[in-house]
Amino acid sequence: MKLKQISVFLENRPGHVNHICRVLAKNNIDIATLTLADTAEFGLLRLIIREWEKAVAVLESEGCAVNVTDVMAIEVPDTPGGLANVLAIAEQGGLSVEYMYAFSLGNSDTAQLVFRFGDMEKAATCFGEAGINVLAAVEFYR
Amino acid sequence: MDRHYKIHTESLADFVDVDVLKAVQLERLQDTVTRCYNNVALFRTRMEERGLVPADIKTLGDVARLPFTQKTDLRDTYPYGLFAAPMNEVVRLHASSGTTGKPIVVGYTRDDLDVWSSLMLRCFAAVGMTANDVVQNAYGYGLFTGGLGAHYGAERLGATVVPISGGNTERQMMVMKDFGVTAICCTPSYFVHLIERINASDVNFNELKVTTGIFGAEPWTDEMRQYIEDASGIKAFDIYGLSEIIGPGVGIECQAQAGLHIFEDHFLMEIVNPETGEVMPDGEEGELVFTTLTKQAFPMIRYRTHDITSIVSERCVCGRTIRRIKRIRSRSDDMMIIRGVNVFPSQIEAALMSVDNTEPHYQIYLRRKGGLDQVEVKVEIASHLSTDRIREIEAMQKKLSHAIEHTVGLRIPVQLVEPGSIARSEGKAKRVVDLRDEEA
Repeated sequence: MKLKQISVFLENRPGHVNHICRVLAKNNIDIATLTLADTAEFGLLRLIIREWEKAVAVLESEGCAVNVTDVMAIEVPDTPGGLANVLAIAEQGGLSVEYMYAFSLGNSDTAQLVFRFGDMEKAATCFGEAGINVLAAVEFYR
Repeated sequence: MDRHYKIHTESLADFVDVDVLKAVQLERLQDTVTRCYNNVALFRTRMEERGLVPADIKTLGDVARLPFTQKTDLRDTYPYGLFAAPMNEVVRLHASSGTTGKPIVVGYTRDDLDVWSSLMLRCFAAVGMTANDVVQNAYGYGLFTGGLGAHYGAERLGATVVPISGGNTERQMMVMKDFGVTAICCTPSYFVHLIERINASDVNFNELKVTTGIFGAEPWTDEMRQYIEDASGIKAFDIYGLSEIIGPGVGIECQAQAGLHIFEDHFLMEIVNPETGEVMPDGEEGELVFTTLTKQAFPMIRYRTHDITSIVSERCVCGRTIRRIKRIRSRSDDMMIIRGVNVFPSQIEAALMSVDNTEPHYQIYLRRKGGLDQVEVKVEIASHLSTDRIREIEAMQKKLSHAIEHTVGLRIPVQLVEPGSIARSEGKAKRVVDLRDEEA
């Protein structure tokens, strides 16, 4: 169960993140979640968007450099140790985590973890066998 | 005329016997020197200073006894000081862009225009164009020699000319498609911009009939040619010229794309050591120097072009006897001296284009900090980003920096910028942004 994640290259200049957000807003595209990774010289804005194909088209037509990658969304109880349990499974499975981010929607008692593993196929198998709740797009965006 | 011969009648001079060529060159050189001596005060004074009279030019080698003409001479005599024909015989003026101060004004008699059109015809014929071609002339029409030069040459060939001039990319694309354009003339950087715009549109290169591009007016590299040919499927040819000599049509690549044939029946070329002015043998790299052989209104004696190249004297596979020069590596005017190292923008271009995932849009920034020159290269990242990983983008940056270091021997930081963020030019691309005096 993989989700599509959009990565947008950003120069380090004021107003650039806002530019992306404005473009998406103007086209009535809702962002489920996002994270910004940055270095001294540039940044990558990673976005999870239900209408990801539309978002890619809109962003590219605005001259953005865009990449689409598979990521995995896992739902865990929003309690101490929720993330640690998932990471323990990844460790046992020998999975390397390229990056991850987490968020919690509203007042729900669960948190959503978004993972980018080095080997996404292996990760799917590994979590499947461990009986971990990997979210499909329908569940994720419900 | 119903059939097109493989060699156009006017192109026969490209294949002239070398001894005949030399005899023609000598006669024409003698005429040119006499004309300059009799009509241009500066040339006469310079010859007198050396105790020379036109009759002293007895062999082609004697050209080396004549004084050089520098670009500054052209500025100092602005506007008409070097004209060798009375104004009632001058039927056309053109002028250089004049980025610093006054432009350089050049004039043409009716005969000069006739020669120029013929030379441009020979250029088009050399790349395989015929009266069947539909030529989109996207060089600027006006004071710049490119537009009208290409225009009259293509008309003379019998091709169908679309005199669209530069700019208005939407219209260029429409014309290219709807008019069934088969050949295009513009700067290489503008064509790269066209490729980008065509790729972003509904039009596909497969639907277009363009097969030939004549690109000039700025230095470009073989790597850029590769990019253009791969991205568009056309054959890209380098054309050479400068307004001080005649405009475009001084030289052209033939279909072998192995150096540019110079029309030696109209231009006498030499390669000299840029520092000492000493004439160098064929094959050695130096500054290209031209003496015009048939120009009436604006003849030039030993004009220092500042273009760095070498003469290729081996016979070309195309059979032309007129010699070639290697593609212009750079104009010495473009040379940057960075921390004591000579760097040409074309070297940076070649290095950048050897790395994937970037676009051929770049700019070189020069700054001065604490008395030291700082360089930075900005290059656009490809719009289809190949990765979502920071470290891969950083690796791309390092690879670009290494490629430059490998080519020029200097570590120059490379900054990746967003697609489309570097200003597009409709004429000559601005590759170097020199902020050293502004920020000093």
